[in-house]
Amino acid sequence: MQVPIEYYLILSAFMFIVGVAGVLTRRNAIVVFMSVELMLNSANLTMVAFASFMGSAVGQLFVFFVMTVAAAEAAVGLAIIIAMFRNKLTVNIDEISILKW
Amino acid sequence: MSLETILFILFAAVGSISAVLMITRRSAVISALFLILNFAALAGLYLLLNAQFIAVVQVIVYAGAIMVLFLFVIMLLRPENERKFLRANPKVKIFALAIAGIIFIQLGYLIFFSHPSGNPSGTVAASIKAGTIEEIGRQLFTNYILPFEAAGFLLLAATIGALILAKKKFE
Repeated sequence: MQVPIEYYLILSAFMFIVGVAGVLTRRNAIVVFMSVELMLNSANLTMVAFASFMGSAVGQLFVFFVMTVAAAEAAVGLAIIIAMFRNKLTVNIDEISILKW
Repeated sequence: MSLETILFILFAAVGSISAVLMITRRSAVISALFLILNFAALAGLYLLLNAQFIAVVQVIVYAGAIMVLFLFVIMLLRPENERKFLRANPKVKIFALAIAGIIFIQLGYLIFFSHPSGNPSGTVAASIKAGTIEEIGRQLFTNYILPFEAAGFLLLAATIGALILAKKKFE
């Protein structure tokens, strides 16, 4: 493997901060949710990179479990967004603020 | 430059550019499509890292199932006036960029001063063997059988929860 692991880690860090910026700036709940998926994927890239460079399958197993949790989270989160939309007719997270004090 | 380096640069460029475009486009549908492109680039990177099973699962589960769910929900809900979203305070944007920059500096510091490539690494043959379905399946059904069952139970709970949440109206 001729590409050093640092390159993968820096790429993963970059994608993570793009996800952070997306969560903090976007006001559409679905896009915020997609930014969270982006952050999950950057963590997955880190784990696969380490697993591959160590020659171990365990990191890839963790990626498998992260994907399972991400699928469950996407299903439940989107159901919550649909329920919120039914209630308030908006997906703008500034207007969905009933849990804020 | 070897083929591996060229492919890494290609996939990394596609992945980071599509990530940036995802958070800057106004339309949620276009954001979702750029996120799918990003996932495809990640699948390519996983293949470069000899993780064939994860690459295939990435395409099937993420780019296939999860993003179809996202697109379905986006198109189910009324497309809202996106300009209203972007009227947000510019201070929020500066704050977000500052937070992101601080996190990036922290991570970069950690990555470059801990020298992860200085550690003894496995051979390429070991890495190829670790990424096969055979090896992952063996680990999954022997050492990690309990987390595997828990993951199945989590998926069942999520299915039922999503069904109930999306069916009933909030009081």
